[in-house]
Amino acid sequence: MKKSGKHWGGKILLGCVGLGLFLSLWQLLMATGVISERTMSTPWQVLQTFLEKLSSRDPDGATVQEHFLSSFQLAMAGFFTAMAVGIPMGLVMGYFRTARRFLNPIFEIVRPIPPIAWIPIVILFLGIGMPAKVFIVFVAAFVPCVINSYTGVKLTNPVYIQAAKTMGAGHLRIFTKVCIPSAIPMVFTGIRISLGASWSTLVAAEMLASTNGLGYMIQMGRAIIRPDIIVVGMLVIGCTGALMSFVLGCVERHIAPWRRDSL
Amino acid sequence: MSVERNTKIRLTHVSKKFANRKNGPRLVLEDINLEVGENEFLVLLGAGQVGKTVLLDLIAGLDTDYQGEISFVDRERKISDMGIVFQRYALFPWKTVLENVEMNQKFRGMEKKERLEKAKAYLKLVGLEGFENHYPHQISGGMKQRTAIARAFAGESDILLLDEPFGALDAQTRYQMEEELLRIWQEEKRTVIFVTNNIEEAIFLGDRILLLEGSPARIKKEYIPQLERPRSYTDQGFLKLRNTIANDFTLVL
Repeated sequence: MKKSGKHWGGKILLGCVGLGLFLSLWQLLMATGVISERTMSTPWQVLQTFLEKLSSRDPDGATVQEHFLSSFQLAMAGFFTAMAVGIPMGLVMGYFRTARRFLNPIFEIVRPIPPIAWIPIVILFLGIGMPAKVFIVFVAAFVPCVINSYTGVKLTNPVYIQAAKTMGAGHLRIFTKVCIPSAIPMVFTGIRISLGASWSTLVAAEMLASTNGLGYMIQMGRAIIRPDIIVVGMLVIGCTGALMSFVLGCVERHIAPWRRDSL
Repeated sequence: MSVERNTKIRLTHVSKKFANRKNGPRLVLEDINLEVGENEFLVLLGAGQVGKTVLLDLIAGLDTDYQGEISFVDRERKISDMGIVFQRYALFPWKTVLENVEMNQKFRGMEKKERLEKAKAYLKLVGLEGFENHYPHQISGGMKQRTAIARAFAGESDILLLDEPFGALDAQTRYQMEEELLRIWQEEKRTVIFVTNNIEEAIFLGDRILLLEGSPARIKKEYIPQLERPRSYTDQGFLKLRNTIANDFTLVL
């Protein structure tokens, strides 16, 4: 689908207008005193704090980049491990009945446990350092990877499998050449959910037990009643999430070009 | 017109039941007996839901749960020894047109260079030169169906099964595809079983037409169009046969 430059410009413009309206409304509510200055900062203050925090380590011991980097590394470590384990596991479970019967009971029990509920036991086992947080992120990101890869394989159009059979494909090649490619869109849905889950779970873990990271920064902001710092933390999280989603969309279009026009 | 042929496929007393938990087993096909000759173009004609696809799946070996006997006179056959064109194209959406055609020989283990040449040759045969690198969603329904036919031919099996391949096409494209299919069939002789619910299509294409009707479905009638190819839809003989079949159709319905 070709979009003219004008069309793109219009889209961006409309997005900016929406954003601008939101910020004005925020500023207006603060200015008229509907929201008290004690509980919330104005957009302007938030921007100033953000610029300040780029170089200042006060009051929480690190610049915003340092917090971000610490969080980002943990999230990515957990997220990539989860993909590396979860996607193959889901694909195999989707196609091989024995694997499904073997793994499904464990998986079904682990699945409903919210990732945050793992925090206490993980702290006992691994403390509050890097491995603990990576593990919690892993748990959060693992489940959607498995479920979506599994469903993707399961939903393979049976006609494709029949067609492959008539061309002489055996079981293994039906799996690798038909089921896996046809599952790719679902796998990407899983990855997208995983990415969101890993990011949000990490921040939750950092708020409970940590000495750095964006979650920690937000928590400190609350402790010393600095709403501007809290909002800076929230916005950095939000923007990073949006950016990662965008990058993932680009990767998907590159890997699954046959869906380029249907997305 | 009627030439004596060697029998290629023989079905004797073939019946098919579907298990149904609520109402007990349901008989779909009853006592189907038929023979297909070598290089014959056989049309299985029947209304929707009558069990045509079920019968084709049995012949193809995609469904092996039936009573009776299906035998191939010349040799034993596996599923992969027949080319099949499915109702809804069944092209792999993640593969380009060329790759889709190539897949047939790839799964059979042919060398890359050889199968590429073959795929290109068959795409040329169906008139799809220049569309090799398009994805299925980028081409029209008629082109998809051509790709599916090229893919089935690329397997180079001497038996070709087509399951309502032109059902989803508009009338214009349909006529064109019918002519195209006949041209290819005449160039590269194969034994063809063609399933359709369209009387004109049956008469236009078939050396022989079998009418499948009832529940459970049986073979009700056999027609052998005594018409010169290429046949014309407006020919007197064509129209006469069309009316005969249409009358038989309504009698049973």
